[in-house]
Amino acid sequence: MLARINDVHGCTKFAGAGKAEAMNTAFFYALTGVGLFTLGLYSLIVYTHLLRKILAINVMGSGVFLIIVALAARTQTLPDPIPHAMVITGIVVAVSATALALALMLRFRDISGRVELAEESLE
Amino acid sequence: MEAMTLLQWAFDTVLAVTLMWVAWKALASEDLFKGIALFIAFGLLMALVWVRLEAPDIALAEAAIGAGLTGALLLAALAKLESGSKDSQPLQVAMLVKATTNTVNKQILFRWLLVLLLSVLVAGLSYVVLSLPLQAIGLSETVMENLEASGVSNPVTAVLLNFRGYDTLLELAVLLLALLGVWSLSNLPEQHESAPSKVLDMLTRLLVPLLILVSGYLLWTGAHAPGGAFQAGSVLAAAGVLLLLAGWRLEARFAGLFLRITLVLGLAMFVTVAIVVQLAGLRLLEFPLSIAGTLILLIEVAATLSIGMTLAALFFGRRPRTDQADAGTNK
Repeated sequence: MLARINDVHGCTKFAGAGKAEAMNTAFFYALTGVGLFTLGLYSLIVYTHLLRKILAINVMGSGVFLIIVALAARTQTLPDPIPHAMVITGIVVAVSATALALALMLRFRDISGRVELAEESLE
Repeated sequence: MEAMTLLQWAFDTVLAVTLMWVAWKALASEDLFKGIALFIAFGLLMALVWVRLEAPDIALAEAAIGAGLTGALLLAALAKLESGSKDSQPLQVAMLVKATTNTVNKQILFRWLLVLLLSVLVAGLSYVVLSLPLQAIGLSETVMENLEASGVSNPVTAVLLNFRGYDTLLELAVLLLALLGVWSLSNLPEQHESAPSKVLDMLTRLLVPLLILVSGYLLWTGAHAPGGAFQAGSVLAAAGVLLLLAGWRLEARFAGLFLRITLVLGLAMFVTVAIVVQLAGLRLLEFPLSIAGTLILLIEVAATLSIGMTLAALFFGRRPRTDQADAGTNK
Protein backbone atom coordinates (compact mmCIF):
# COMPACT_ATOMS: atom_id res chain seq x y z
CA MET A 1 0.00 0.00 0.00
CA LEU A 2 1.22 3.46 -0.73
CA ALA A 3 0.39 5.45 2.34
CA ARG A 4 1.13 9.09 1.78
CA ILE A 5 2.02 11.17 4.78
CA ASN A 6 2.15 14.92 4.63
CA ASP A 7 5.21 16.21 6.40
CA VAL A 8 5.71 19.71 7.74
CA HIS A 9 6.72 21.16 4.39
CA GLY A 10 3.59 19.86 2.72
CA CYS A 11 5.62 17.33 0.74
CA THR A 12 4.56 13.71 0.44
CA LYS A 13 6.46 10.60 1.35
CA PHE A 14 6.20 6.96 0.57
CA ALA A 15 5.91 5.12 3.85
CA GLY A 16 6.21 1.68 5.32
CA ALA A 17 5.09 -1.22 3.20
CA GLY A 18 4.80 1.02 0.14
CA LYS A 19 8.57 0.97 -0.45
CA ALA A 20 8.67 -2.02 -2.75
CA GLU A 21 5.98 -0.61 -5.04
CA ALA A 22 7.71 2.75 -5.12
CA MET A 23 10.90 1.00 -6.27
CA ASN A 24 8.99 -0.85 -8.98
CA THR A 25 7.42 2.40 -10.15
CA ALA A 26 10.89 3.94 -10.40
CA PHE A 27 12.19 1.11 -12.59
CA PHE A 28 8.99 1.04 -14.65
CA TYR A 29 9.38 4.73 -15.56
CA ALA A 30 13.14 4.36 -16.11
CA LEU A 31 12.38 1.67 -18.72
CA THR A 32 9.76 3.96 -20.31
CA GLY A 33 12.56 6.53 -20.52
CA VAL A 34 14.76 4.00 -22.34
CA GLY A 35 11.87 3.42 -24.76
CA LEU A 36 11.40 7.16 -25.41
CA PHE A 37 15.14 7.66 -25.97
CA THR A 38 15.24 4.84 -28.52
CA LEU A 39 12.08 6.05 -30.26
CA GLY A 40 13.65 9.51 -30.60
CA LEU A 41 16.93 8.07 -31.88
CA TYR A 42 15.09 5.97 -34.49
CA SER A 43 13.16 9.01 -35.73
CA LEU A 44 16.30 11.16 -35.74
CA ILE A 45 17.98 8.70 -38.10
CA VAL A 46 15.02 7.79 -40.31
CA TYR A 47 13.33 11.15 -41.02
CA THR A 48 15.03 13.66 -43.26
CA HIS A 49 12.92 16.74 -42.47
CA LEU A 50 14.92 19.01 -40.16
CA LEU A 51 11.94 20.04 -38.00
CA ARG A 52 11.19 16.36 -37.39
CA LYS A 53 14.82 15.80 -36.41
CA ILE A 54 14.55 18.64 -33.88
CA LEU A 55 11.36 17.07 -32.45
CA ALA A 56 13.16 13.73 -32.28
CA ILE A 57 16.08 15.20 -30.33
CA ASN A 58 13.60 16.71 -27.87
CA VAL A 59 11.92 13.33 -27.36
CA MET A 60 15.36 11.75 -26.79
CA GLY A 61 16.07 14.44 -24.19
CA SER A 62 12.76 13.74 -22.42
CA GLY A 63 13.73 10.06 -22.30
CA VAL A 64 17.04 10.88 -20.64
CA PHE A 65 15.35 13.18 -18.11
CA LEU A 66 12.81 10.47 -17.33
CA ILE A 67 15.56 7.91 -16.63
CA ILE A 68 17.42 10.34 -14.33
CA VAL A 69 14.35 11.37 -12.33
CA ALA A 70 12.87 7.87 -12.13
CA LEU A 71 16.14 6.53 -10.70
CA ALA A 72 16.19 9.42 -8.21
CA ALA A 73 12.92 8.06 -6.77
CA ARG A 74 14.64 4.94 -5.40
CA THR A 75 14.79 6.41 -1.91
CA GLN A 76 12.62 5.44 1.04
CA THR A 77 11.65 9.01 1.83
CA LEU A 78 11.65 12.05 -0.47
CA PRO A 79 13.29 11.61 -3.89
CA ASP A 80 16.88 12.83 -4.32
CA PRO A 81 16.63 16.60 -5.12
CA ILE A 82 19.98 16.82 -6.94
CA PRO A 83 18.85 14.97 -10.10
CA HIS A 84 15.66 17.09 -9.97
CA ALA A 85 17.73 20.29 -10.07
CA MET A 86 19.86 18.82 -12.87
CA VAL A 87 16.77 18.03 -14.95
CA ILE A 88 15.32 21.55 -14.48
CA THR A 89 18.66 22.88 -15.75
CA GLY A 90 18.44 20.34 -18.57
CA ILE A 91 14.95 21.46 -19.62
CA VAL A 92 16.10 25.09 -19.91
CA VAL A 93 19.21 24.08 -21.87
CA ALA A 94 16.99 21.93 -24.14
CA VAL A 95 14.69 24.86 -24.97
CA SER A 96 17.73 27.07 -25.70
CA ALA A 97 19.21 24.40 -27.98
CA THR A 98 15.83 23.97 -29.71
CA ALA A 99 15.55 27.70 -30.38
CA LEU A 100 19.08 27.78 -31.83
CA ALA A 101 18.41 24.65 -33.91
CA LEU A 102 15.22 26.21 -35.33
CA ALA A 103 17.13 29.39 -36.25
CA LEU A 104 19.80 27.26 -37.94
CA MET A 105 17.07 25.37 -39.82
CA LEU A 106 15.48 28.59 -41.09
CA ARG A 107 18.88 29.90 -42.15
CA PHE A 108 19.64 26.62 -43.92
CA ARG A 109 16.34 26.94 -45.78
CA ASP A 110 17.20 30.52 -46.82
CA ILE A 111 20.56 29.48 -48.21
CA SER A 112 19.77 26.12 -49.79
CA GLY A 113 16.01 26.34 -50.41
CA ARG A 114 15.54 22.96 -48.76
CA VAL A 115 14.21 21.88 -45.37
CA GLU A 116 15.31 18.29 -45.68
CA LEU A 117 18.75 16.79 -45.64
CA ALA A 118 19.59 15.02 -48.89
CA GLU A 119 19.07 11.25 -48.71
CA GLU A 120 22.37 9.54 -48.11
CA SER A 121 23.26 7.37 -51.03
CA LEU A 122 23.34 3.81 -49.74
CA GLU A 123 25.78 2.64 -52.38
CA MET B 1 -5.16 -1.91 0.06
CA GLU B 2 -4.85 -4.20 -2.97
CA ALA B 3 -7.22 -2.10 -5.03
CA MET B 4 -5.12 1.01 -4.42
CA THR B 5 -1.95 -0.65 -5.71
CA LEU B 6 -3.82 -2.05 -8.69
CA LEU B 7 -5.22 1.40 -9.47
CA GLN B 8 -1.77 2.96 -9.34
CA TRP B 9 -0.34 0.30 -11.62
CA ALA B 10 -3.23 0.81 -14.03
CA PHE B 11 -2.57 4.57 -13.99
CA ASP B 12 1.17 4.11 -14.54
CA THR B 13 0.62 1.69 -17.41
CA VAL B 14 -1.96 3.87 -19.14
CA LEU B 15 0.28 6.93 -18.72
CA ALA B 16 3.40 5.18 -20.04
CA VAL B 17 1.59 3.66 -23.02
CA THR B 18 -0.08 6.98 -23.89
CA LEU B 19 3.27 8.75 -23.57
CA MET B 20 4.97 6.37 -26.01
CA TRP B 21 2.00 6.45 -28.39
CA VAL B 22 1.78 10.25 -28.46
CA ALA B 23 5.57 10.53 -28.92
CA TRP B 24 5.41 8.10 -31.83
CA LYS B 25 2.46 9.89 -33.46
CA ALA B 26 4.14 13.29 -32.96
CA LEU B 27 7.26 12.10 -34.77
CA ALA B 28 5.62 10.01 -37.47
CA SER B 29 2.61 12.12 -38.45
CA GLU B 30 2.55 13.27 -42.09
CA ASP B 31 1.36 16.75 -41.15
CA LEU B 32 4.02 18.74 -39.30
CA PHE B 33 1.43 20.97 -37.60
CA LYS B 34 -0.29 17.91 -36.20
CA GLY B 35 3.10 16.59 -35.11
CA ILE B 36 3.85 19.76 -33.17
CA ALA B 37 0.39 19.81 -31.56
CA LEU B 38 0.97 16.22 -30.44
CA PHE B 39 4.43 17.17 -29.19
CA ILE B 40 2.83 19.81 -26.93
CA ALA B 41 0.46 17.13 -25.64
CA PHE B 42 3.52 14.94 -25.06
CA GLY B 43 5.05 17.70 -22.91
CA LEU B 44 1.91 17.90 -20.78
CA LEU B 45 1.90 14.12 -20.32
CA MET B 46 5.53 14.37 -19.24
CA ALA B 47 4.45 16.92 -16.62
CA LEU B 48 1.97 14.31 -15.30
CA VAL B 49 4.79 11.77 -15.11
CA TRP B 50 6.91 14.22 -13.11
CA VAL B 51 4.08 14.65 -10.62
CA ARG B 52 3.78 10.87 -10.36
CA LEU B 53 7.52 10.66 -9.64
CA GLU B 54 7.13 13.30 -6.90
CA ALA B 55 9.01 15.97 -8.79
CA PRO B 56 6.58 18.94 -8.74
CA ASP B 57 9.38 21.45 -9.49
CA ILE B 58 10.15 19.66 -12.75
CA ALA B 59 6.44 19.32 -13.54
CA LEU B 60 6.05 23.11 -13.35
CA ALA B 61 9.15 23.68 -15.51
CA GLU B 62 8.05 21.07 -18.05
CA ALA B 63 4.50 22.43 -18.38
CA ALA B 64 5.73 26.01 -18.81
CA ILE B 65 8.92 25.48 -20.82
CA GLY B 66 8.87 21.95 -22.23
CA ALA B 67 5.28 22.04 -23.45
CA GLY B 68 4.43 25.74 -23.61
CA LEU B 69 7.44 27.66 -24.87
CA THR B 70 8.99 24.88 -26.96
CA GLY B 71 5.59 24.44 -28.61
CA ALA B 72 5.33 28.17 -29.33
CA LEU B 73 8.88 28.20 -30.75
CA LEU B 74 8.15 25.19 -32.98
CA LEU B 75 4.85 26.63 -34.27
CA ALA B 76 6.50 29.99 -35.01
CA ALA B 77 9.31 28.25 -36.90
CA LEU B 78 6.80 26.15 -38.85
CA ALA B 79 4.87 29.29 -39.85
CA LYS B 80 8.10 30.92 -41.11
CA LEU B 81 9.04 27.71 -42.89
CA GLU B 82 5.73 27.46 -44.71
CA SER B 83 5.57 31.13 -45.64
CA GLY B 84 8.79 30.84 -47.63
CA SER B 85 9.02 27.25 -48.82
CA LYS B 86 6.62 27.22 -51.76
CA ASP B 87 9.52 27.30 -54.22
CA SER B 88 11.15 24.27 -52.67
CA GLN B 89 8.25 21.93 -53.40
CA PRO B 90 9.34 20.87 -56.94
CA LEU B 91 12.73 19.89 -55.60
CA GLN B 92 11.22 17.43 -53.14
CA VAL B 93 9.00 15.91 -55.82
CA ALA B 94 12.04 15.51 -58.09
CA MET B 95 13.89 13.77 -55.30
CA LEU B 96 10.99 11.39 -54.76
CA VAL B 97 10.69 10.51 -58.45
CA LYS B 98 14.38 9.76 -58.64
CA ALA B 99 14.10 7.01 -56.06
CA THR B 100 14.22 3.74 -57.94
CA THR B 101 13.06 0.33 -56.79
CA ASN B 102 16.64 -0.64 -56.09
CA THR B 103 17.16 2.13 -53.55
CA VAL B 104 13.73 1.45 -52.05
CA ASN B 105 14.78 -2.17 -51.40
CA LYS B 106 18.00 -0.97 -49.86
CA GLN B 107 16.05 1.46 -47.70
CA ILE B 108 13.88 -1.33 -46.36
CA LEU B 109 17.01 -3.36 -45.61
CA PHE B 110 18.52 -0.30 -43.90
CA ARG B 111 15.42 0.17 -41.74
CA TRP B 112 15.45 -3.42 -40.57
CA LEU B 113 19.13 -3.21 -39.76
CA LEU B 114 18.44 -0.02 -37.80
CA VAL B 115 15.55 -1.63 -35.88
CA LEU B 116 17.82 -4.59 -35.07
CA LEU B 117 20.61 -2.35 -33.80
CA LEU B 118 18.19 -0.25 -31.75
CA SER B 119 16.72 -3.43 -30.22
CA VAL B 120 20.23 -4.32 -29.07
CA LEU B 121 20.51 -0.80 -27.63
CA VAL B 122 17.18 -1.14 -25.77
CA ALA B 123 18.21 -4.53 -24.39
CA GLY B 124 21.57 -3.16 -23.25
CA LEU B 125 20.15 -0.03 -21.64
CA SER B 126 17.34 -2.00 -19.94
CA TYR B 127 19.90 -4.45 -18.58
CA VAL B 128 21.96 -1.60 -17.16
CA VAL B 129 18.90 0.10 -15.61
CA LEU B 130 17.62 -3.14 -14.08
CA SER B 131 21.01 -4.10 -12.70
CA LEU B 132 21.12 -0.94 -10.59
CA PRO B 133 20.56 -1.42 -6.84
CA LEU B 134 16.90 -1.44 -5.84
CA GLN B 135 17.44 1.28 -3.29
CA ALA B 136 19.72 4.25 -3.55
CA ILE B 137 19.69 7.17 -1.17
CA GLY B 138 21.86 9.27 -3.47
CA LEU B 139 22.67 12.61 -1.96
CA SER B 140 19.21 13.29 -0.52
CA GLU B 141 20.35 12.81 3.08
CA THR B 142 23.32 15.11 2.60
CA VAL B 143 21.00 17.75 1.15
CA MET B 144 18.54 17.37 4.02
CA GLU B 145 21.29 17.66 6.62
CA ASN B 146 22.61 20.87 5.10
CA LEU B 147 19.24 22.36 4.16
CA GLU B 148 19.33 24.61 7.24
CA ALA B 149 22.50 26.26 5.96
CA SER B 150 21.15 27.01 2.48
CA GLY B 151 18.84 29.90 3.34
CA VAL B 152 15.77 28.27 1.74
CA SER B 153 13.66 25.26 2.70
CA ASN B 154 12.77 23.87 -0.75
CA PRO B 155 15.52 21.29 -1.39
CA VAL B 156 15.43 21.73 -5.18
CA THR B 157 15.88 25.52 -4.92
CA ALA B 158 18.64 24.94 -2.35
CA VAL B 159 20.47 22.68 -4.83
CA LEU B 160 19.87 24.98 -7.82
CA LEU B 161 21.01 28.23 -6.21
CA ASN B 162 23.27 27.24 -3.36
CA PHE B 163 24.76 23.74 -3.36
CA ARG B 164 25.20 23.58 -7.12
CA GLY B 165 24.95 27.28 -7.96
CA TYR B 166 27.76 26.93 -10.48
CA ASP B 167 25.51 24.80 -12.75
CA THR B 168 22.80 27.44 -12.67
CA LEU B 169 25.33 30.21 -13.36
CA LEU B 170 26.52 28.39 -16.49
CA GLU B 171 22.95 27.60 -17.48
CA LEU B 172 22.12 31.32 -17.57
CA ALA B 173 25.18 31.75 -19.79
CA VAL B 174 23.90 28.99 -22.13
CA LEU B 175 20.54 30.74 -22.39
CA LEU B 176 22.27 33.99 -23.33
CA LEU B 177 24.54 32.24 -25.85
CA ALA B 178 21.53 30.64 -27.54
CA LEU B 179 19.96 34.08 -27.94
CA LEU B 180 23.21 35.48 -29.38
CA GLY B 181 23.22 32.58 -31.84
CA VAL B 182 19.61 33.20 -32.86
CA TRP B 183 20.23 36.94 -33.26
CA SER B 184 23.31 36.33 -35.40
CA LEU B 185 21.57 33.80 -37.63
CA SER B 186 18.28 35.45 -38.42
CA ASN B 187 18.20 38.06 -41.10
CA LEU B 188 14.54 37.61 -41.88
CA PRO B 189 12.66 40.80 -42.55
CA GLU B 190 9.76 41.66 -40.27
CA GLN B 191 6.72 39.86 -41.58
CA HIS B 192 3.53 41.75 -42.07
CA GLU B 193 1.29 40.02 -39.66
CA SER B 194 -2.43 40.37 -39.76
CA ALA B 195 -3.98 42.40 -36.97
CA PRO B 196 -4.83 40.21 -33.97
CA SER B 197 -8.43 39.20 -33.53
CA LYS B 198 -10.52 40.95 -30.87
CA VAL B 199 -10.60 37.75 -28.81
CA LEU B 200 -6.80 37.48 -28.67
CA ASP B 201 -6.53 41.16 -27.89
CA MET B 202 -9.01 40.93 -24.99
CA LEU B 203 -7.48 37.70 -23.71
CA THR B 204 -4.01 39.24 -23.73
CA ARG B 205 -5.20 42.24 -21.75
CA LEU B 206 -6.73 39.90 -19.16
CA LEU B 207 -3.97 37.31 -19.03
CA VAL B 208 -0.78 39.37 -19.03
CA PRO B 209 -1.30 40.98 -15.59
CA LEU B 210 -2.38 37.57 -14.24
CA LEU B 211 0.73 35.90 -15.67
CA ILE B 212 2.98 38.55 -14.12
CA LEU B 213 1.25 37.95 -10.78
CA VAL B 214 1.67 34.15 -11.09
CA SER B 215 5.31 34.67 -12.01
CA GLY B 216 5.90 36.76 -8.90
CA TYR B 217 4.12 34.17 -6.76
CA LEU B 218 6.20 31.28 -8.18
CA LEU B 219 9.38 33.27 -7.57
CA TRP B 220 8.49 34.03 -3.96
CA THR B 221 7.14 30.59 -3.09
CA GLY B 222 10.19 28.87 -4.62
CA ALA B 223 12.08 29.37 -1.35
CA HIS B 224 9.93 26.88 0.55
CA ALA B 225 7.68 25.08 -1.97
CA PRO B 226 7.80 23.97 -5.64
CA GLY B 227 8.57 26.96 -7.83
CA GLY B 228 11.56 29.20 -8.39
CA ALA B 229 13.34 31.40 -10.88
CA PHE B 230 13.04 29.13 -13.92
CA GLN B 231 9.34 28.46 -13.51
CA ALA B 232 8.67 32.13 -12.77
CA GLY B 233 10.83 33.24 -15.71
CA SER B 234 9.04 30.96 -18.15
CA VAL B 235 5.62 32.18 -17.01
CA LEU B 236 6.88 35.73 -17.55
CA ALA B 237 8.09 34.66 -21.00
CA ALA B 238 4.62 33.28 -21.74
CA ALA B 239 3.24 36.76 -21.03
CA GLY B 240 5.84 38.14 -23.46
CA VAL B 241 4.88 35.61 -26.14
CA LEU B 242 1.20 36.53 -25.76
CA LEU B 243 2.06 40.23 -26.11
CA LEU B 244 4.15 39.53 -29.21
CA LEU B 245 1.34 37.45 -30.72
CA ALA B 246 -1.11 40.28 -30.10
CA GLY B 247 1.11 42.57 -32.15
CA TRP B 248 2.85 44.42 -29.32
CA ARG B 249 6.45 45.38 -30.02
CA LEU B 250 9.13 46.70 -27.70
CA GLU B 251 9.49 50.44 -28.28
CA ALA B 252 12.62 51.31 -30.23
CA ARG B 253 14.07 53.37 -27.40
CA PHE B 254 13.87 50.37 -25.03
CA ALA B 255 15.11 47.82 -27.56
CA GLY B 256 18.73 48.89 -27.36
CA LEU B 257 20.60 49.22 -24.09
CA PHE B 258 17.57 48.62 -21.85
CA LEU B 259 16.80 45.26 -23.45
CA ARG B 260 20.43 44.14 -23.30
CA ILE B 261 20.77 45.10 -19.65
CA THR B 262 17.64 43.09 -18.80
CA LEU B 263 18.98 40.12 -20.77
CA VAL B 264 22.31 39.95 -18.92
CA LEU B 265 20.94 41.04 -15.51
CA GLY B 266 20.58 37.49 -14.15
CA LEU B 267 24.05 36.39 -15.18
CA ALA B 268 25.58 39.71 -14.09
CA MET B 269 23.93 39.51 -10.66
CA PHE B 270 25.11 35.93 -10.20
CA VAL B 271 28.69 36.78 -11.19
CA THR B 272 28.69 39.91 -9.01
CA VAL B 273 27.56 37.92 -5.98
CA ALA B 274 30.21 35.29 -6.74
CA ILE B 275 32.95 37.92 -6.95
CA VAL B 276 31.84 39.83 -3.83
CA VAL B 277 31.66 36.59 -1.85
CA GLN B 278 35.15 35.63 -2.99
CA LEU B 279 36.51 39.07 -2.12
CA ALA B 280 35.06 38.58 1.35
CA GLY B 281 37.30 35.55 1.71
CA LEU B 282 34.76 32.77 1.15
CA ARG B 283 34.84 30.12 -1.56
CA LEU B 284 33.24 30.57 -4.98
CA LEU B 285 29.45 30.96 -4.59
CA GLU B 286 29.57 30.11 -0.89
CA PHE B 287 26.81 32.11 0.75
CA PRO B 288 27.20 33.08 4.42
CA LEU B 289 24.30 31.65 6.40
CA SER B 290 23.00 34.96 7.73
CA ILE B 291 22.35 36.48 4.28
CA ALA B 292 22.03 33.31 2.14
CA GLY B 293 18.25 33.68 1.80
CA THR B 294 18.53 37.32 0.76
CA LEU B 295 21.30 36.60 -1.75
CA ILE B 296 19.31 33.76 -3.28
CA LEU B 297 16.23 35.95 -3.58
CA LEU B 298 18.30 38.74 -5.15
CA ILE B 299 19.79 36.37 -7.75
CA GLU B 300 16.41 34.78 -8.40
CA VAL B 301 14.66 38.10 -9.05
CA ALA B 302 17.36 39.13 -11.54
CA ALA B 303 17.40 35.65 -13.10
CA THR B 304 13.59 35.61 -13.47
CA LEU B 305 13.61 38.90 -15.39
CA SER B 306 16.49 37.74 -17.59
CA ILE B 307 15.04 34.30 -18.25
CA GLY B 308 11.62 35.77 -19.09
CA MET B 309 13.10 38.35 -21.44
CA THR B 310 15.53 35.88 -23.07
CA LEU B 311 12.87 33.25 -23.73
CA ALA B 312 10.49 35.85 -25.17
CA ALA B 313 13.34 37.20 -27.34
CA LEU B 314 14.06 33.66 -28.54
CA PHE B 315 10.42 33.43 -29.59
CA PHE B 316 10.64 36.79 -31.38
CA GLY B 317 13.56 35.24 -33.25
CA ARG B 318 15.42 38.28 -34.52
CA ARG B 319 17.13 41.39 -33.25
CA PRO B 320 14.48 43.96 -32.41
CA ARG B 321 14.57 47.27 -34.24
CA THR B 322 16.37 50.00 -32.32
CA ASP B 323 16.87 53.75 -32.77
CA GLN B 324 20.47 53.20 -33.87
CA ALA B 325 19.49 50.57 -36.41
CA ASP B 326 16.93 52.95 -37.89
CA ALA B 327 19.53 55.69 -38.06
CA GLY B 328 21.91 53.25 -39.73
CA THR B 329 19.46 52.34 -42.47
CA ASN B 330 18.56 55.98 -43.07
CA LYS B 331 22.15 56.99 -43.83
